[in-house]
Amino acid sequence: MADTAHHYDETMPLEYRTEESRLNILGFWIFLGAEVALFATLFATYLVLFQRTGHGPTTADLFEIKDVMIETLLLLTSSFTCGLAVFEMRRRRLTGLLVWLLVTLLLGAGFITFEVREFIHYVHEGATIQTSAFLSSFFVLVGTHGAHVSLGIGWMTLIIIQLLQRGFTPRTARKVFIVSLYWHFLDVVWIFIFTLVYLTGMVM
Amino acid sequence: MKWSEFFVTGEPLIYAADVSIVLTMIGIVFVLTYFKKWKWLWNEWLTTVDHKKIGVMYIISAVLMLFRGGVDALLMRAQLTAPNMKFLDSQHYNEIFTTHGTIMILFMAMPFIIGLMNIVVPLQIGARDVAYPYLNAISFWLFFVGAMLFNIAFVIGGSPDAGWTAYFPLAGNEFSPGVGNNYYAVALQISGIGTLMTGINFLVTILKMRAPGMTLMRMPMFTWTILITCVLIIFAFPVLTVALALMTFDRLFDTQFFTMANGGMSMLWANLFWIWGHPEVYIVILPSFGIFSEVVSTFARKRLFGYKAMVYSIVGIAFLSFIVWVHHFFTMGAGAAVNSFFSITTMAIAVPTGVKIFNWLFTLRKGRIRFTTAMLWSLAFIPNFVIGGVTGVMLAMAAADYQYHNSYFLIAHFHYVLIAGTVFACFAGLHYWYPKMFGHILNERLGKWTFWLFMIGFNICFFPMYFLGLMGMTRRMYTYSAGLGWTPLNVVASVGAALMGIGFIVLCYNIYYSARYGERDMTGDPWDGRTLEWATSSPVAHYNFAVIPEVKDLDAYWEMKKSGKGFEIDEEKLKPIHMPSNSGRPFLISIAFFFAGFGLVFKWFTLAIIAAVFIILGLILRSFDDDDGYYISVDEIKRTERLTGKGA
Amino acid sequence: MGANHHHETFPWKHIVGFILSLVLTFAALWIAFSSGLATKAILVGIVVLAVLQAVLQLFMFMHVTESDSGKIQTINMAYSFFIAIVVVAGSIWTMAFVL
Repeated sequence: MADTAHHYDETMPLEYRTEESRLNILGFWIFLGAEVALFATLFATYLVLFQRTGHGPTTADLFEIKDVMIETLLLLTSSFTCGLAVFEMRRRRLTGLLVWLLVTLLLGAGFITFEVREFIHYVHEGATIQTSAFLSSFFVLVGTHGAHVSLGIGWMTLIIIQLLQRGFTPRTARKVFIVSLYWHFLDVVWIFIFTLVYLTGMVM
Repeated sequence: MKWSEFFVTGEPLIYAADVSIVLTMIGIVFVLTYFKKWKWLWNEWLTTVDHKKIGVMYIISAVLMLFRGGVDALLMRAQLTAPNMKFLDSQHYNEIFTTHGTIMILFMAMPFIIGLMNIVVPLQIGARDVAYPYLNAISFWLFFVGAMLFNIAFVIGGSPDAGWTAYFPLAGNEFSPGVGNNYYAVALQISGIGTLMTGINFLVTILKMRAPGMTLMRMPMFTWTILITCVLIIFAFPVLTVALALMTFDRLFDTQFFTMANGGMSMLWANLFWIWGHPEVYIVILPSFGIFSEVVSTFARKRLFGYKAMVYSIVGIAFLSFIVWVHHFFTMGAGAAVNSFFSITTMAIAVPTGVKIFNWLFTLRKGRIRFTTAMLWSLAFIPNFVIGGVTGVMLAMAAADYQYHNSYFLIAHFHYVLIAGTVFACFAGLHYWYPKMFGHILNERLGKWTFWLFMIGFNICFFPMYFLGLMGMTRRMYTYSAGLGWTPLNVVASVGAALMGIGFIVLCYNIYYSARYGERDMTGDPWDGRTLEWATSSPVAHYNFAVIPEVKDLDAYWEMKKSGKGFEIDEEKLKPIHMPSNSGRPFLISIAFFFAGFGLVFKWFTLAIIAAVFIILGLILRSFDDDDGYYISVDEIKRTERLTGKGA
Repeated sequence: MGANHHHETFPWKHIVGFILSLVLTFAALWIAFSSGLATKAILVGIVVLAVLQAVLQLFMFMHVTESDSGKIQTINMAYSFFIAIVVVAGSIWTMAFVL
């Protein structure tokens, strides 16, 4: 904490300039490590329970590859555009940064829309969170990821507002960088949901 | 819901508790108002982001929880003293052993350890604060409101009663329809989030904020153990978060994770609980090893023997402690391959622990030992902990475990490791670092009384339990018949428990006595210490170090003293010190967490949602907060340093 | 500092990363539905592809090795991977006996 204001190093990207920023970025990486453990536990629960369907539908009855692929491509692309936003930030282009962040937001919102539609569709088919152990673990795993994405959308909106108010400062740059780490991480989690939930569910 | 269901009724013990809670609260309000201390409370404590004050608050909470958990323990011992006792009925007994276990592990042992680490770690590494002071305040307050939420269960709504492990199906809606286990799920969740943030905070603090020259291999042993403890917290607590969330879903929204029908798997709870639970016991024992290492080295006046071996064995535990969890349910029926694997890993983890025992013994060898209270706790730890450890290896043999499982043999084992390990360490650490917290020394004579009463009482209480277990007495039974022949040993155990209770009272009296008559610590280094915390004044200045020390060796302060200079502050080199501002937001956000949790417990979702909105609002305000802290001027630093005699 | 992006004018690294992630995704799709492999082989194949893609995101988009804490960040992610394997594989193995 002591060196928040000094220790400026002009050769670093803006988000790494202050000691406070460097500590926060490292802390967020460590937090992502904890998030890995959190999602690993949800995956473990799902993989232990997903064939225990009781009287309810099975994975093969429910999943449809088309919807899943749309969600996957939306999120993959949003991870890419989020990377472009940081790229623009490091070139000090505020407009480019804002545009790509906005595109990322829209893609994220599109992903959430499709996911909510998918969930509603399942519920209409009688597959609710109370139906079976499989569905409980499915909704909680995929729903936790969805909740993370929704939180990310809210968070990114706050950062866009701060960028519009304050422009580039070491603090806003650090916030953009950290939210980008979060966003890429959610894409990684989705890749495993895509593989271990949907593809596995349709193959087995 | 009717009021008669909202408040727990029908038990004279509960009414007595109601009266004492109300009286205590009136008393606190009266004292604060009469002495005009409300502003002081808010400015100095509730809004503080100072790691030392947060540490003190953790320890005060932990001592309060030790009282609560200890009363639970004494009630259990009273019930078990004689056969066919009618002191507690079975339901009340179930509630009491549940709250005893949960409170002692999560709301006593952990905060005591976290309190000591808050106070000591930044000082040991020569830092002025932790990496995220604001987050540190949130961590504390989340722990605190979680603990309070759990503690009101027994008068409002009803206690959890499914054991501290809360195994399903017992803990599910079918067999535990009340709100008790909702309290368990929600309160542990809230304080668990706080603990996770503490882990991240201190990991980054230790990795990035050490004084110049302090390489990893020059870190004091206590800091090393905290580093690995943080790793365990960061990767184990998310598992508990998920397990508790699934429990909450099952209980509030009728999901099917751990149910008996529709594919639910009750044993999965045990699996997830212990994936967290086993690292958890290392979370409370590793820092204890660190405390004993510091104390033994200081009072034997020798450098810690085999420092590197100690470090490697602690790092090894970071891996091994995550692959032993199944030994908590060998009898569940997982089959030979699974049980053999976890049996072997469990025995393997005894090796790095055994290494450390030799480290301490060889540190003592030929040392000039001073028998202070802190040292007595540390010396008593070694044989007592070995008894717990050896019986642990007995339990680790899966085939033999079928005999010991859930008997009083197990009870004796884990109390021998947790009390002789963690509780002894907390007391040792409390006596050792007390001058750093309050500026005076805990009275040594009273301290030794506490030690002998508690240590002898502990052995009288728990050693007979090994035999009770072998005689067939099982865990969690609320009474037994006279013909079983268990009565004499149970009487002995209850006498021991009473002695421990008296020891605790002497400790509390000692805190009061020493505050009034205790010896002031004018030097800042009352024990002739070796590490950097003893280079500061007692109590420590707000900014810890006027000048950041340069470290040239392990036992940095010892080396400074040996070179004849000590830690001198050159007034020419002073610069303004940057400090973070206080904030009331962590406290207020945590209050919102309390109400959100309370709403969930009673399924009052409107309350929960309103509180959640306040939490989010708090986070948004934080995001837009531009407070960059403030600077302490050089003049003010000079004044403070001259007052404490450290400045030139 | 690992990557000094402000010297580059075109985001090559990101575009390559994006294309690779698309290739890996569609490869997983192909393995699952069109390869005709045995179920076990399919599972192994798609999990390997998922891990590859996670590594790709970590290095090409998240710059895990970047900054003076790059080493800590990398060890942290590797250790979290160890924990994930232990929790997932350990739970499946331990719970396999339940009917």
